[in-house]
Amino acid sequence: MAAITSVGETPLAAPDKRPVGMQGRRRRRLNLFRYAVFTVFGLFFLVPLLALARWSLEGAKLGSWSLTSWRQIASYSNEGIPPLISTVEITLELAVITSAVMLVLVVPTMIWIRLRVRWLARTMEFLCLLPLTIPAIVLVVGLGPIYNKIAHLSLSTLMLFWVYVILALPYAYRALAAGLNAIDATTLSEAARSLGASWFSVIVRVIMPNMWDAMLNALLLTSALVLGEFTIAFFLLYFNLQVELYSISRNTPNAGVIFSTSTASLLFAFVLLLILSFARRRRRGIPG
Amino acid sequence: MDGLSRRYGTVVALDHLDLTLRPGELVALLGPSGCGKTTTLRLLAGLEDADTGSITVAGKDITRLPASKRDMGMVFQAYSLFPHMTVRDNVAFGLRLRRVSAAERGTRAMEMLELVGLSVQAARYPHQLSGGQQQRVALARALAIQPQVLLLDEPLSALDAKVRAQLRDQIRRIQLEVGITTLFVTHDQEEALAIADRVGVMREGRIEQLASPTEVYSRPATAFVADFVGLSNRLAGEVRGGEVTVRGRTLPLMQPDVPDGQVVALVRPEAVTMASHDEPEAGPLVGMVIAITFLGATSRVTVDLGDATIMAQLPTSDATTLAAGSRVALTIRPDPVLVSADAEAASPEAEEEA
Amino acid sequence: MSVAATTRTGVRPSRAGRRASVPPWVGTVPFFGYVAVFLLLPTGIVVFDAFRNPGGKFTLSGLTALGNAQVRGFFIGSFKLSLISALVGAVFGAVLAYAVASGNPDGVIRRLYLAASGVLAQFGGVTLAFAFLALIGPAPTGLLFHASWYYSFPWGITVIYAYFQIPLMVLVFLPAIDGLKVQWREASESLGSSAWQYWRYVGGPLLLPAFLGALLLLFANALSAFATIQAWEDQIPYTVAQQIYTSTSSEVGLANINYADALALGMVVLVAIVMTGYALLQRRAARWLR
Repeated sequence: MAAITSVGETPLAAPDKRPVGMQGRRRRRLNLFRYAVFTVFGLFFLVPLLALARWSLEGAKLGSWSLTSWRQIASYSNEGIPPLISTVEITLELAVITSAVMLVLVVPTMIWIRLRVRWLARTMEFLCLLPLTIPAIVLVVGLGPIYNKIAHLSLSTLMLFWVYVILALPYAYRALAAGLNAIDATTLSEAARSLGASWFSVIVRVIMPNMWDAMLNALLLTSALVLGEFTIAFFLLYFNLQVELYSISRNTPNAGVIFSTSTASLLFAFVLLLILSFARRRRRGIPG
Repeated sequence: MDGLSRRYGTVVALDHLDLTLRPGELVALLGPSGCGKTTTLRLLAGLEDADTGSITVAGKDITRLPASKRDMGMVFQAYSLFPHMTVRDNVAFGLRLRRVSAAERGTRAMEMLELVGLSVQAARYPHQLSGGQQQRVALARALAIQPQVLLLDEPLSALDAKVRAQLRDQIRRIQLEVGITTLFVTHDQEEALAIADRVGVMREGRIEQLASPTEVYSRPATAFVADFVGLSNRLAGEVRGGEVTVRGRTLPLMQPDVPDGQVVALVRPEAVTMASHDEPEAGPLVGMVIAITFLGATSRVTVDLGDATIMAQLPTSDATTLAAGSRVALTIRPDPVLVSADAEAASPEAEEEA
Repeated sequence: MSVAATTRTGVRPSRAGRRASVPPWVGTVPFFGYVAVFLLLPTGIVVFDAFRNPGGKFTLSGLTALGNAQVRGFFIGSFKLSLISALVGAVFGAVLAYAVASGNPDGVIRRLYLAASGVLAQFGGVTLAFAFLALIGPAPTGLLFHASWYYSFPWGITVIYAYFQIPLMVLVFLPAIDGLKVQWREASESLGSSAWQYWRYVGGPLLLPAFLGALLLLFANALSAFATIQAWEDQIPYTVAQQIYTSTSSEVGLANINYADALALGMVVLVAIVMTGYALLQRRAARWLR
């Protein structure tokens, strides 16, 4: 067959000569494409947000700048709806409660199933992902009677947390499952048990600490969801943040405060995300 | 391949490498991980670009040619079969790209599968085959396009030991049958020595020695080669007048002009044998057995000589007379040995990948 | 493989103290109970009530109402919007996902876009509608201009939907692109394929199940959406979701609750079918690309 022979001399190049072969060229073309894509999409996603922010700084006369809308967050009030700032507070509390209940409900159960009741794992996964298939709008129609019963206990908007936990399940479960799968829970628990730990200790002191990242992730996803939830609160005639904003926009269209509050909640979500990525990086730095 | 260099940032993967393959021969590139053997292969395949140098096949310069235009067949370490195609479609893929008719594609694909012994599995999917079978299909696929060169990138590394040995021989058989020029990359010296026409031992981007397996083994060109291929005892010795004296035995030198002085001699364990079966007296080659490793027909006996440790490879029948703690007298066969003046240069390489 | 001497109590930790032989699954009761009450029960109620009339008697009239022209109009509206926004999201999202996947796996850009996708995929709702109102809505807002098609259905609302559909696509499709092994590309090339041939014969077919699955997911996502479109335009119900709201909130009386239930049932069935398709395609994709 064919022979490979070596031939003639090629000049020895300087050590940092860039590759000009096929792969190099292809690489450069790809990078061009990538940066074009990133720019286009970056603009698409950024511009509406900028518009939102811009309008939040709009003054009484078109084209002027003012912080009125931002100051109004604290003071806005209108008949028929609760004061904006109290709704903001309640929604934040709702986020905290929902996250807390979520973690307490889901994490020990997940771990317990993984360690002791394996055959329920599939069922749990199915149930946790089911809310994705049952639209909130359907859920809320069926929730009417149930919430009527609960409403007797308390009319507070905070009662929404019962259903918000369900809504957040798919997202939180995925994050938590990823965290749980990343560690060898069975081996860890067996090691702990052989050293004399009770099941409670195993779950709380051995497994859960290894899931901090995932739990933080789930917590943030849940909070983001609660802050952005509209449909169910709306149907059940509660006033959470989104419902309040909606009402304001219907009563006084283009009220500046809706833009400022929206921008604020976005910034808040963004800050939450930054916290998550920083916390993660620090953990990764721990040698082990 | 001539003068090939490749850098990744500050790491020099290849340092002006020259390599010529003769038609129909199988050259194995052997070396620890990071030595540049895979880079060489990929350069030849066109999957990477060289910084300097040229590559010529059958007299034609292909350095600037993209991988898809080079006429080479490549077998990867793992995962290279297309999972959504049957075995037959995988093998026929290259022919399909060359617009061969469906009927002829099928025939040729079956021919190739016959060659590797997998024609029964033609309608199966890759995930239904074992690792060894998958690699055979990959081989069939590479050969189906009748390339000028066959490239094998550690094809056996991901397989079980038993399968590895079988497949290795099969690859060699097929390669000889088809008569195709082949470049085979591996970190397993047993593989390289077993099937290659010539072995290229590489280290840090350079070829240290390129010769037949026997030559590389029994006449290593450098200390690194001697150490990487097979085992060596490292013993202090003194050179005088073209010979080296090691622990009371005088041995011929492999290298022609070594100046007189203190050296480190590299002695193969097979060259170390038992002096006699009688009760040994004291001597530079008398010591206590520390360990005996059973290797089948032979056994490796590690002996503590007081100021050094030596390994001897003895027939098991002899080794069974010894036990840990017993004393034994050894002798060294007068085979030519390699010496190194610099103890550092003879030191072993870092651990290679399993 | 365990050599630990585990004690044989199956008691749930937080109720520790009893050493009776309670089966371990008891520990999962709080979770399953909760889900049963707040997820399964309401769904059951919806399904059940869809078959009843206001007097509580069993009837199929709710279902037959689904057949009339007006209802069909709502389903068609939902379908149109969901399909178009899913296609837009899928195609553009795939392009973006490819751009992200082909870069440095640890790089800044990848992490940035992934994090942003995580946030934006959830973003929807009232806030998103406000953002677009600020950008292209009618005067006095409409920062850029008033896009006259802003209030057109489905195109105006599709642009808004794209805002969360594209990030969702990136999140769902990126793993699939990552799953394309580099060896396939290299093997294909060394066998003589051009880039286009690779995509046509290898890359494309391999990604197809994942792509279709993601498309279905986006479709279901759009179908279920309510807040965004309600904030965008709440006078005219275009979608099934909006109609459900209209029929439950208007003061026409209880007769409409069952109508709403029937609509909801229709919606659930539709979404369930789509999600099943998604799950099946995911399984196929996972087999090849894991």
